Amino acid sequence: MKKILLVASGGGHWVQLQRLRGAFEDHKLLWMTTVKDYSSPHNEPCFIVQDANMWNKLALLKMFLQVAWVMLKTRPDIVVTTGAAPGFAAILYGRLLGARTIWIDSIANGEALSQSGAKVGRWAHVWLTQWEHLSKPSGPHYWGAVL
Amino acid sequence: MIFATVGTQLAFDRMISALDDWAGRNQDVVVYAQTGPAEYMPQHMGFADFLAPGKVTDYMREAELIVSHAGMGSIITAMYLRKPVIIMPRKASLGEHRNEHQMATAKWLANRKGIIVAWEASDLARILDRRAQLESGPAISEVADGALVKKLSRYIQSLQ
Repeated sequence: MKKILLVASGGGHWVQLQRLRGAFEDHKLLWMTTVKDYSSPHNEPCFIVQDANMWNKLALLKMFLQVAWVMLKTRPDIVVTTGAAPGFAAILYGRLLGARTIWIDSIANGEALSQSGAKVGRWAHVWLTQWEHLSKPSGPHYWGAVL
Repeated sequence: MIFATVGTQLAFDRMISALDDWAGRNQDVVVYAQTGPAEYMPQHMGFADFLAPGKVTDYMREAELIVSHAGMGSIITAMYLRKPVIIMPRKASLGEHRNEHQMATAKWLANRKGIIVAWEASDLARILDRRAQLESGPAISEVADGALVKKLSRYIQSLQ
């Protein structure tokens, strides 16, 4: 049994990660999101961090510190994220802490990869797009989609 | 009841004001909207800036029709609940989002049964006027069970 940290911002990122939960059955799950009212499907621990994007550096800094704190405290074996910014941070810290890391770009990005996804790709152990036509031999790869 | 949502992050006054205008002309129809951090104050419909996620699902379940920004969270939830959904894409060119991915989502989903796209605010009233003709789409499962889940599962099992 592995300890898996599942990271998604509010809205579509969170809904898509929820749809993938069948892939993580039988493991110890920890969730991380940006909306305080969200709860995990089976009352697993759920950490709330600051929502952030490239346009707000202060929020970004706070979010990076929060993600670092949670990950130092919980030491997940695997990090899986559907984005956005907190997932980016979680992939980088995951690499530093020796976790396996999986980035799944949102299905909303059908014409181009997300900004975070394009940047974080070379850091993630598994770098996925949900659109076959955006996949490349060097990554991102296409394993299917949430719909 | 018609339920409208702009998602968790950003206001979308262009959609909300068009819906409010329509609600003013159709006072026999109950309309409720989740408006986000909006400047526009609806006059003809109930609204809240934010709703807890469970509450959004409750409203969606109760509604016979959903009006939504073209965000995948709201769209997937509407599909799962098998509600017809009118989606209106945000335009980054109008400052409504950071990039044009909602236009891409709308183009992708435009021909899917149960989903109809209001490309402009003016389309919204026209579609709402003939809402009786809108049908719900096919059922989707509560959780994904296709290749992506299987491959992720297999990858995780392979890590020892």
